[in-house]
Amino acid sequence: MSTSSLVLTQAQARPLTLRLHGWVTTVDHKRLGILYILYALVFLLAGGVEATIMRVQLIRPHNDFVSPQVFNRMFTMHGTTMIFFVAMPLVFGFANYLVPLMIGARDMAFPRLNAFSFWMTALGGLFLYFSFLGGDGLYGAGGAPDVGWFAYAPLTAKTFSVGHSTDFWTLSLFSSGIGSIGTAINLIATILCMRCPGMTLGKMPLFVWLNLVMAGLVIPTISPLSAAQLMLLVDRYLGGHFFDTQAGGSAVIWMHFFWIFGHPEVYVLVLPAFAFASEIIPVFSRKAIFGYPVMVVATVAIGFISMSVWAHHMFTVGMSAGANTFFVLSTMAIAVPTGIKIFNWLATMWGGKIRYATPMLFCVGFLFQFLIAGLTGVMLAAAPFDWQLANSYFVVAHFHYVIVGAILFCIFGAFYYWCPKVTGKMLDEMLGKLHFWLFFIGFHLTFDFMHIPGILGMPRRIYTYEPGRGWDVWNLIVSIGVIFQAAGVLVFVGNLIWSCFRGKRAGNDPWDAWTLEWSTSSPPPEYNYAVLPIARSRRPLWDLKHPEDPDWRYE
Amino acid sequence: MSAHSVAWGENASDWRLPPRGRVGMWCLIGAESGIFTIFVVAYLFYTGKSTTGPQPGDVLHAPIFYTICLLASSVTIHLAVRGIAANRMASFGRWWVATILLGATFLLGTAREWIHLIFDEGLTISTNLFGTTYYSLVGLHAFHVTMGLLALSIVAAFYFSGWLRREHADRLEILSMYWHFVDAVWVVVFTVVYVIGLSR
Repeated sequence: MSTSSLVLTQAQARPLTLRLHGWVTTVDHKRLGILYILYALVFLLAGGVEATIMRVQLIRPHNDFVSPQVFNRMFTMHGTTMIFFVAMPLVFGFANYLVPLMIGARDMAFPRLNAFSFWMTALGGLFLYFSFLGGDGLYGAGGAPDVGWFAYAPLTAKTFSVGHSTDFWTLSLFSSGIGSIGTAINLIATILCMRCPGMTLGKMPLFVWLNLVMAGLVIPTISPLSAAQLMLLVDRYLGGHFFDTQAGGSAVIWMHFFWIFGHPEVYVLVLPAFAFASEIIPVFSRKAIFGYPVMVVATVAIGFISMSVWAHHMFTVGMSAGANTFFVLSTMAIAVPTGIKIFNWLATMWGGKIRYATPMLFCVGFLFQFLIAGLTGVMLAAAPFDWQLANSYFVVAHFHYVIVGAILFCIFGAFYYWCPKVTGKMLDEMLGKLHFWLFFIGFHLTFDFMHIPGILGMPRRIYTYEPGRGWDVWNLIVSIGVIFQAAGVLVFVGNLIWSCFRGKRAGNDPWDAWTLEWSTSSPPPEYNYAVLPIARSRRPLWDLKHPEDPDWRYE
Repeated sequence: MSAHSVAWGENASDWRLPPRGRVGMWCLIGAESGIFTIFVVAYLFYTGKSTTGPQPGDVLHAPIFYTICLLASSVTIHLAVRGIAANRMASFGRWWVATILLGATFLLGTAREWIHLIFDEGLTISTNLFGTTYYSLVGLHAFHVTMGLLALSIVAAFYFSGWLRREHADRLEILSMYWHFVDAVWVVVFTVVYVIGLSR
């Protein structure tokens, strides 16, 4: 202990420039994980501001807070930012930090590739936000991208998108895509090749399993997106005709290419959320996870099925009856393994000694919200229902229920659970509960009531609407919810900063947990483990704490 | 199960996992396959949909000789890697240089074909849909051959400056996986562009 604190004071005594240089040149998986997360938090605030601008604009009919052009930029930037520069880096940041620790390794398989991937992702975010300044190009037209986050052709053609805003959008997704593929390769190689002695595939924590499937899903998911971006670049810069319908090209094939990426992407984001829940729920229920093998099988099944459901985003395009039927059935099929998971988490809690600390509060919120998100998902999976409600606010409410109600809730839970490991300080529990309740109320005000204008026919992406269509009061409530969500996020950021400096010391294992990351110090030393651990069961730390009743007797 | 677990605790040195370089390369090949798949699908989907000429049947001729060169380079790189694994450095050097020459010959073939198409037939990437799909698919493959040749040349530079030793055999084998992949992709591209694309 004394030597490590000595090292710490020496490190703090170094001048600021040297310390920053250390962060820029680092190849340590923990530091890169922190960089990913901090980077995502900055973009979370940017994306949140964009959402707030949209909700202020829609708070009453005929509002003129922003122009239609700015409104288009806001929904494009909000969607692109939240998916590619908030959700993805958050997920990768946690995986980067935790996977090597959980499998008892000293770093990722390819540390330099890891740094490369992070900086490519960072470059992507820079491209996207530079468009506010550079999108005009020499044409004096443009600004930030305004083609929507799925950028359907022909909106992206040179004719309809002069200036460089679409170029920045496509370059941004291409370079962050390279980063994502690099991280996925790294995660797979790390999990398959760097496990500590004894940790067979069947003994890995579920967190690691879910991230393995996530990384395996990133590879066939992000590569089609990158290919489609290359085609768009060929069209825009070299005069190609991939998506140019006047020369025989097809606008529909862009939809296919985009959604071949777009739907598995949802599972790329939600599997890590499942991973957080699968670690937090058992620890706070004081029981081992229920049905470990079934959870693994369900995860792998979700991975495979998710690659065959993409065209449920395209029911209104006019596909053949056979294609519609296939995508209805495959989409509904994915509810089965997902449902199995929900039952397993419930069964883990059943009969447990549940502690409602902040991480667990967020995970319980996740369980119920994810169920509702899944139910509206099954509704939208039925093609005739989708014909009625596609492109309405019902769809917007549905996918925000998944991305905010499930994914973001789990990510918040993960912050409260693992921050003590990362910073060595506990997050404040009272502020945490305040954050939860503010955000919970705000979330339900916004996204529960958002379904209703959708059913009443309000299309997404309109910058204003006529009074007297029955949409007014619902839009008012939806916008009021934003105030609570924003307050919740500010409490969260304040809590993070305050606890970093003034928080209670966490110690190695504040939650009395069972996975290996809690066996090392908080924060862990650069080399993670002085002596590589040996795993004999799925809960190696339980075995260490309870030598009289170890898990490996029963597994 | 329990007896099994105890055994690991006692002989941790028995613990064997797959080599990370190989796993990493397989994943990269998976990602690259995804990218090529999308371009191949676009090529097949757009075959015969160009609204103006030239059409593939008018201008394309299968580059049989250059294809044989590229496929042969898969054999030579395999022999080279076998050579270094057996510490026969001279044999390694011969086959490695042969691989580079064969790969470069293939690229020369692509260049000649493009020059012919551009200057004699007037087909560029913006002429019609066929030009767009043809140049981007063949170009994407040529880009991968170029990257491979660059990597092979760096290894050759190390070889001629005497820094290459038998310990590096594993790494070269991983590099050769990439080269085999580039060759396999050419088999697909050849089939799509010069067999299916011409028969429609």
